[in-house]
Amino acid sequence: MTDKQTQQTASVRIPGMPGPGGSASPQGRNIERAKDVQGALRRLMRYLRPYRGSLVVVILVAALGTGLALTAPYLMGRAIDQLAKKDLGALLVPVLLMLAAYMLSAGAQLIQGILMVRVSQKAMRALRSDLFNHMQTLSLRFFDARAQGELMSRLTNDMDAISQVLTNHATQLFTGLLTLAGVLVIIFILSPWLAAGSMLAFPLMIGLVGMVGRKTRKVFRSYQKRLGALNAILEETYSGQRVVLAFGQEQTVLDKFDRTNEAVRSIGVQAMTLALVVMPMMGILSNLNVAILCGLGGWLAIRGMVSIGTIAAFISYSRRFAEPLRQLGNLYNLIQGALAGAERIFEVLDTVPDQIDAPQALEFSRVTGEVQFDHVTFSYIPGVPVLQDITLHARPGERIALVGHTGAGKTTLVNLLSRFYDIDEGTIRIDGVDVRSVSRDSLRRQLGVVLQQSFLFSESVLENIRYGRLDASDEEVFAAARLAHADGFIRRLPQGYGTVLSERGQSLSEGQRQLLSIARAILADPAILILDEATSSVDTRTELSIQQALDELMRGRTSFVIAHRLSTISRADQVIVIDKGRVIERGTHQALLAMRGAYHRLYQSQFRH
Amino acid sequence: MRSLLRLYRFLRPYRLQAIVALLLLFFMVAADLVIPRLTQRVIDQGIVANNLHVVITTALYMVGASILSVVLALVNNSLSVYAAMGFGANLRSALMRRVQSFSFGNLDHLQTGKLIVRSTSDVSSVQIVVILSLRILTRAPIWAAGAIVLLVFTSPRLALMVAVFVPLIAGLVWLFARKAHSMFLLMQQRLDRLNTVLQENLAGIRVVKAFVRTAHEITRFDNTNEALMNRTIQVSQLMAVFMPLMLLILNMAIVGAVWLGGKIAIAGGMSVGHVVAAINYLTFALFPILLLGGMLGPLSAADASASRILEVLDAEPQVQPPSCPAKILHPQGRIVFENVSFGYNGNGAEPVLRDVSFTAESGETVAILGATGVGKSTLIHLIPRFYDVTAGRITFDGIDLRDLELPWLRSTVGIVLQEAVLFSGTVRDNIRYGRIAATEEEVRAAARAAQAEEFISELPEGYDTVIGQRGVTLSGGQRQRIAIARALLVKPKVLILDDSTSALDIETEIRLQDALDRLISISQDATTRFVVAQRISTVLLADKILLLDQGRIAAIGTHQQLLAANSMYRDIYRSQLGEPPVEKVE
Repeated sequence: MTDKQTQQTASVRIPGMPGPGGSASPQGRNIERAKDVQGALRRLMRYLRPYRGSLVVVILVAALGTGLALTAPYLMGRAIDQLAKKDLGALLVPVLLMLAAYMLSAGAQLIQGILMVRVSQKAMRALRSDLFNHMQTLSLRFFDARAQGELMSRLTNDMDAISQVLTNHATQLFTGLLTLAGVLVIIFILSPWLAAGSMLAFPLMIGLVGMVGRKTRKVFRSYQKRLGALNAILEETYSGQRVVLAFGQEQTVLDKFDRTNEAVRSIGVQAMTLALVVMPMMGILSNLNVAILCGLGGWLAIRGMVSIGTIAAFISYSRRFAEPLRQLGNLYNLIQGALAGAERIFEVLDTVPDQIDAPQALEFSRVTGEVQFDHVTFSYIPGVPVLQDITLHARPGERIALVGHTGAGKTTLVNLLSRFYDIDEGTIRIDGVDVRSVSRDSLRRQLGVVLQQSFLFSESVLENIRYGRLDASDEEVFAAARLAHADGFIRRLPQGYGTVLSERGQSLSEGQRQLLSIARAILADPAILILDEATSSVDTRTELSIQQALDELMRGRTSFVIAHRLSTISRADQVIVIDKGRVIERGTHQALLAMRGAYHRLYQSQFRH
Repeated sequence: MRSLLRLYRFLRPYRLQAIVALLLLFFMVAADLVIPRLTQRVIDQGIVANNLHVVITTALYMVGASILSVVLALVNNSLSVYAAMGFGANLRSALMRRVQSFSFGNLDHLQTGKLIVRSTSDVSSVQIVVILSLRILTRAPIWAAGAIVLLVFTSPRLALMVAVFVPLIAGLVWLFARKAHSMFLLMQQRLDRLNTVLQENLAGIRVVKAFVRTAHEITRFDNTNEALMNRTIQVSQLMAVFMPLMLLILNMAIVGAVWLGGKIAIAGGMSVGHVVAAINYLTFALFPILLLGGMLGPLSAADASASRILEVLDAEPQVQPPSCPAKILHPQGRIVFENVSFGYNGNGAEPVLRDVSFTAESGETVAILGATGVGKSTLIHLIPRFYDVTAGRITFDGIDLRDLELPWLRSTVGIVLQEAVLFSGTVRDNIRYGRIAATEEEVRAAARAAQAEEFISELPEGYDTVIGQRGVTLSGGQRQRIAIARALLVKPKVLILDDSTSALDIETEIRLQDALDRLISISQDATTRFVVAQRISTVLLADKILLLDQGRIAAIGTHQQLLAANSMYRDIYRSQLGEPPVEKVE
């Protein structure tokens, strides 16, 4: 009757939105549970607190709407009873009341929906914003320890699950429970006998559904696992497709894929079939109940104990009862999943930033660029030192070349200068001031860094260069690009400086990306410059011309240069040779060559033939 | 919906199940629709007529009908799920097979991320629609049609209400769905934007911190966050209005039926049982339209997915295997380029290589040098036929590459790509990738030659160390050396190194080259080598150095010859090693 529909439509999805999906979603939401349900719930509630007023209105309106909707079947029963009395005037009263109840209930649903959407989306914005802002305060140690995809999934999937629960499921749960309670009360008041009779089928069904549910969860979990394995294969194969091709391994790949694909199919059939069993079972519950009500009700009616209208109302109510019952299990899982997601988000929010500036931290304005490392020792993992007892002194304007094998610790050394990590022992001083007593932001503003892996944003070329100094004029950006020898290729791009780069600048070659990074550093105009293999992917002739620009850039600034090519190094004021985390040689290019040590060997290897 | 229909062929192996499932729907609907009819009987002939016997027997019929309905539904479920899951597996398999037939040209257009999405979420969104179609989607119209017919029989005058309400509801559903669709697309765009901002922030965290741009990033995020919120509120509020409104219309229809039916009944035109049945049938007729409205979303999403899937399936492999493939029994590895031109977009666009001709004799080492983007990688990618030439031809021992069996060619030519991609698994698995049957001794020898033995032995579990996502992370230089070992193990006739030593320091690289020379000199047949490099030290010893400039060969010769005759080569030399130290080049 009318009421079955009321509840079902509530779960119809927003077009295209990967919404609740109900039990029919073959992807099957992860059935996972929060470890501390109450804790996660309480903290989530905190985000709703600013909207207490709206929430109170939502609850009242939802209760009102549910209550009104519950009167409708009763009114219809009365109307049908009037039919038997053949009294058109008396029929008008329940019909009008029904009309009013439906309209008011629709109005209540409307208000409740609109309010809840506003409240939940505002709370979501706050949560997303908190998470993002908090992540910005965390140090690189935090990001090193976590896969990027995993962090992304907290900000997307977990957020989505919470958003769904707040917007739809929470009120569905509330009105569902209210409906159950309301129906129970009403039918027992209407006719205790008939009520008892219509309850007959429920325990049986609940037991069956529970059993199937448990089994489903188990099968679904292994389906999820297989699906995960399949995705892993896909991801790996596709990302290594060129290697697959180069080694002619297509058949091997297909064999491996086919096995997993078949496993997914066969267990998927089991999982989905089980998951879909619940629906028809609930269907039989409704129909069976109608049969019981008709049989028992008919018997009672013949004895004059109930009216036909009451039977009709009962049939209506029993359908109202079945729907929320069917949804509850699903809602429970969805809410649990969202809470588990919330827990993961709070876990990030609870990560204490390990780098907080001291309250009385100094602010650098503009340093002269004197840099001292004094017996610096550092390790990423306690007990495994990456740098040991490093001492060096760069006078303002000097050029320091860091030389050594891959993994010797050169990049780590310059990372310490930026205070991406804090040192274990010793001190680093700039202009005689311990960097730990200075605010990180003001320290980093003194430094211009061109990293080994250039990173660009999916914005225009102009904005990417301007990232170095946000208040730079267009003219200044052009000038920086010209100095970095990037102007030429930029102007050949489809929209010149206005060209919006694809994600991470993948439409450019690595060499071009490096040139843009250099332009960015030029624009930043720092007192201290760090070039970490800044030109490794630029061909050597272009490098030669940038070299002039870099020379220009380095004039008057203290600079640290990491490079493999010795031509870049030979012009340095000091060459520091690092091996296994220690300084093994230092001096000028000429002096080191004369020493005939490690540096000499490195240098000679280029000319060996 | 055209794209969706084109995917029908993947359901074909399961068409029997699908057809039976669809047929069952008719019986299910019949069993469902008989219930109101029986209710009417209980009221009119049972209760009103005071006949307990009719009440009991009719109730039993109802029990029977509902049991029949559930049994049919269960069978329908199993069949639809079976067909849909089979369909999904077929589709994934077809995608995988198509991708395996792709050459580099195809892969340039379809990046990894896209391919993964096509094979996972796109397939499942189409799969959902298959299940829906075999169950609810098809049942809804049958249901509506059956209910309307029965309603006409029960009360022709009440049936007229259908004529009013069906177009009204259908029109509103259509209007809302259209509006919601465009709003949803906008919301999806905002969501994508938010994800991009996030991803960039995570990937570029060092740059953000180095340039002290946290405040800037937070503003950037806040803006996209706010935009997303506004769009989401818009879409969700539209739905918050839509659902109650639709229900209200549906309920109005019922109230109307009670009133109208009541009037007729009181006038003596209908029994009470008829009125109750008519109300039931009316809701049965209207509700499916609402249901279909809700399906429009998944349907259009699935259609979009289907067209994305077809984009992959319709892509023609750019390198086609020969019609009668040849193999060379005792290959020598003599490679000749004859007036080769190549452009990534066929003949249309600016060619990357123009009129390139040269010969690599069996056993020679050919070095390729030139500026960034000049076409070095392109040139060597032509040898294993990752791309096909646009003009001219390349021969292997005198036979055109396009006549050679592809798997044979690619197993004879070993290539180390610029980007050292490793797979998850142990170090040993990775080295053995090209030749799974290789012995432990061979694996170690290859690793040794690639200068990888030393660092491998320092790994926690040596060759058994698991690398990749959940394992040890390797440095760029270490990855490159494993990739080289992998290529060496295949014992290729032609070995190509595409700037694959760039992350190695010079000392290691020199040792590697020596080892390669030794390895090649002790093996009985000669191996032809192509080396692409930035560093001049890498190419000093080559038999031939090919200097590329703007897609053409600018000069060809040995180091001495080029140093003496070519100013560009001298420039490159100077840029790396300073003035040519004549005494060292002897």
